Amino acid sequence: MTILFQQLSNALALGGVYALVALGLTLVYGVMRVPNFAHGGLYMLGAYFTYAVLNGLGVPYVVALLIAAVAVALLAALLERLVFYPLRNAPHVHAMIAAIGVLFFFEAVVQRIWGADFKQIAEPIPGILNVGGVVITWQRLLVILASVLAMLGLNFFLKRTLTGATIEAMSQSREGARLVGIDVNRVGMLTFAISGALAAVAAALIAPIVSVAPSMGEVMNLKVFAIIILGGMGSVPGAIVGAFLLAFAEVFGGFYINLDFADVIGFAALVLVLAIRPQGLFRRGT
Amino acid sequence: MTRPAFKPGPLVWVALFVLAALLPLLQPGGFVLDVAINVMIWSMLAYGLNVMLGYTGQLPLAHAGFFGIGAYAVGILTLREGWNFWLAWPAAVALCALGGLLLGLVAFRTRGDAFSIFTLGVGVIIALVINKWDDLTGGNDGLNGVPPASSLLGIDFSKSANFYYVALAALALTVLVVARTRQSVFGRSLVAIRGGEDLARSAGIDVFSHKLRALMLSTAIAGLAGGVYAAYVGFLGSAVTGPTTTFTVLLYLLVGGVGTLAGPLLGTGLIYVALQFMKGLQDYQYIVFGPLLVLLVLFAPQGLAGLWNRAQMRRASARTERAVDHA
Amino acid sequence: MPESILEVEGLGIRFGGLHAVRDVTAQLPAGKITAIIGPNGAGKSTFFNLISGFYAPTSGRIRFQGEDITRLKTHQVVGRGIARTFQTTTIYRELSVLEGVMIGHRVRTRAGLWDALLRTGRERREEAESREAALRALERVGLAAQAHRPAGALTQEGQKRVGIAMALASDPRLLLLDEPAAGMNPEETVNLMGLIRELVGGGLTVALVEHKMSLVMGLADEILVLHHGQKIAQGTPGEVSRDPAVIEAYLGGHAHGGQMGQPGREGAHA
Repeated sequence: MTILFQQLSNALALGGVYALVALGLTLVYGVMRVPNFAHGGLYMLGAYFTYAVLNGLGVPYVVALLIAAVAVALLAALLERLVFYPLRNAPHVHAMIAAIGVLFFFEAVVQRIWGADFKQIAEPIPGILNVGGVVITWQRLLVILASVLAMLGLNFFLKRTLTGATIEAMSQSREGARLVGIDVNRVGMLTFAISGALAAVAAALIAPIVSVAPSMGEVMNLKVFAIIILGGMGSVPGAIVGAFLLAFAEVFGGFYINLDFADVIGFAALVLVLAIRPQGLFRRGT
Repeated sequence: MTRPAFKPGPLVWVALFVLAALLPLLQPGGFVLDVAINVMIWSMLAYGLNVMLGYTGQLPLAHAGFFGIGAYAVGILTLREGWNFWLAWPAAVALCALGGLLLGLVAFRTRGDAFSIFTLGVGVIIALVINKWDDLTGGNDGLNGVPPASSLLGIDFSKSANFYYVALAALALTVLVVARTRQSVFGRSLVAIRGGEDLARSAGIDVFSHKLRALMLSTAIAGLAGGVYAAYVGFLGSAVTGPTTTFTVLLYLLVGGVGTLAGPLLGTGLIYVALQFMKGLQDYQYIVFGPLLVLLVLFAPQGLAGLWNRAQMRRASARTERAVDHA
Repeated sequence: MPESILEVEGLGIRFGGLHAVRDVTAQLPAGKITAIIGPNGAGKSTFFNLISGFYAPTSGRIRFQGEDITRLKTHQVVGRGIARTFQTTTIYRELSVLEGVMIGHRVRTRAGLWDALLRTGRERREEAESREAALRALERVGLAAQAHRPAGALTQEGQKRVGIAMALASDPRLLLLDEPAAGMNPEETVNLMGLIRELVGGGLTVALVEHKMSLVMGLADEILVLHHGQKIAQGTPGEVSRDPAVIEAYLGGHAHGGQMGQPGREGAHA
């Protein structure tokens, strides 16, 4: 029973991180119709920026997390300007290929600067919490709480602010937004910035638990793409549900079936779902 | 009646392959032959990708996986099962075509971006399975000592100068197959799908079945390339079957020109040879390749062969207009 | 009443909770021009999409030349002899006019990948047939001289004709034209009407969705009026224009002085 709870807390923490990364990806897809393959790269950079700020400036963990989030957000906005905005009318394949180029560029640069080996980030609150025999590390609790907080914040932003409503409106209909007089250009950039910030926060949260390596972005990329295909590309609730589904499948599948193939379980699920519902779980077929 | 735009005719290709066939007679160093064989192998993979991206307008990202399936099939069959290379190679190609069929049956339930992402996932799974299935593939240690191609008609193909002709023949076959496909009733339907799936559908094309056959051809070519690779290199590691390889070949294709017959060979030759002069760069090649990919799609999405064709077309249409004016 | 080529019976489709087309029963008379009209959002294009197999209906049946084609896929429907054009000029711009139109003949050929690789007799024969069929179709729409130009280089009207030629290359019995005159000036519209008459004179049946009332009234033998996805009238132009339900649909409710066929358009620009 304790083991079950332990696995549960692992799955919740993992799901929270997946959700943050997937949300940014799905928002960008919804608003820009860009499948941003560089998204995993932004996530990876978030982890490295956190690492660099922690080691270089010696600031507290939370400050490092925020600095990384802002830095990645700016970088993502810049990407939108330089690469994706000029490609907005080109065939989709072009934007996809450009994003792949960006992803590999990030990876190569990071490898050049920090090397290919793993980096460790110390847990800001080391130790464990013991509730009636169930052991959970403070970091996992922090991940769960912070990701829930970030999701609530995003929800508030999308539902209660004009800019957020604009993003939602655009993800539903770009043309519609243009007609209502929304500055489509600015929204694209902003959406990219938000997606970058979310990815960086996710990376900074999980970094003390996993190791930081240049390839972490590629792996995450595939997972969050699997998630948003599962949830229906562009769907916000779909991204969250998909993220937790994948996390649970991985944690419990990895535990009860085979740890070696834990990473494949998500894709196996994806193949299954697509075979039955090609449009994803949360989007109506047309 | 005016002539259609200039196309480099079959004669140019024949001349090119005859010249290439003469290369070993000059007794160049092993290095030159090695580069030539590698260029042929990777450009074949680029041709396979081009059938999908260039002619059918779909971007599958599992091609390195199929390259790997072809390579490991040849490796395992010849090394472990003692098959003759000349039997194992076609078997590997058939296996990859079958794999393409299975992939397509599921993957073509999605369209566009989702298709690419889905196939990327499949590519990762293939690489992972190859990496983890120790008993079959040697796992992390790889597959060591894949025998070279067995002798045929008294020719000893374990010599690299002789094996060169195997690779050359495979490349010639690939180019012929792709050229014939493009210039056929079937191939025109693929181009129709590239131009717009809904339009192709309403024009009466069975889109699903055409895409499926195109994917099978495409993965079969990847397997063909993989087979040559296995027999040539002699060692197989799972790393080469991962998405990085797919993306590298995609870069070759983009540089050369997507949807052109010369593009895959041109792009692969150029980049691969250039890399030989920048050996020190190899670990960090994506610091250059990454931005290069971006710049290409931003400013020259048609690649080198595409630029050439476009210039020719402009000249031809200027000629036409003059002819019309005079008429 | 002449013999009908296409009959639909209780035809309907729902998207989510919305009935885009609902319980439509109608016939298209063979060898005639039938116009399908109705206010925006009346389900005209959806009706075409149902007939051409683009959408699968959620209720009802479609019979073409006596055969039930309700569940057929689009390419099978085209194979039976129903071809269509699109609302916008949707053609293969980067291909030559000839090659684009040859695509329309694909449905009459069977050559596959093996034929391509082995250059079989079938491949060569069908390639030649496609070329001839495309040239014939281009001849019919008056574009034979432009066969080798890139399709994208043609005028708007020329591109519309390429679209029609592509449909003709499939050797149809019934041709569905979705807003063929959209974006054309009056002179081009008159030319188009002439072309459609010629095609019908050659034995083809035509059904078209169109907003331009001058074209509809001047061309159609029969008019089918849809409103909110339902058929409210069918008959000759004279009958239909006197029909109280039609007048109500166009002038009552949400029409704000819009031209017949385009009421309430200004709402979209608010």
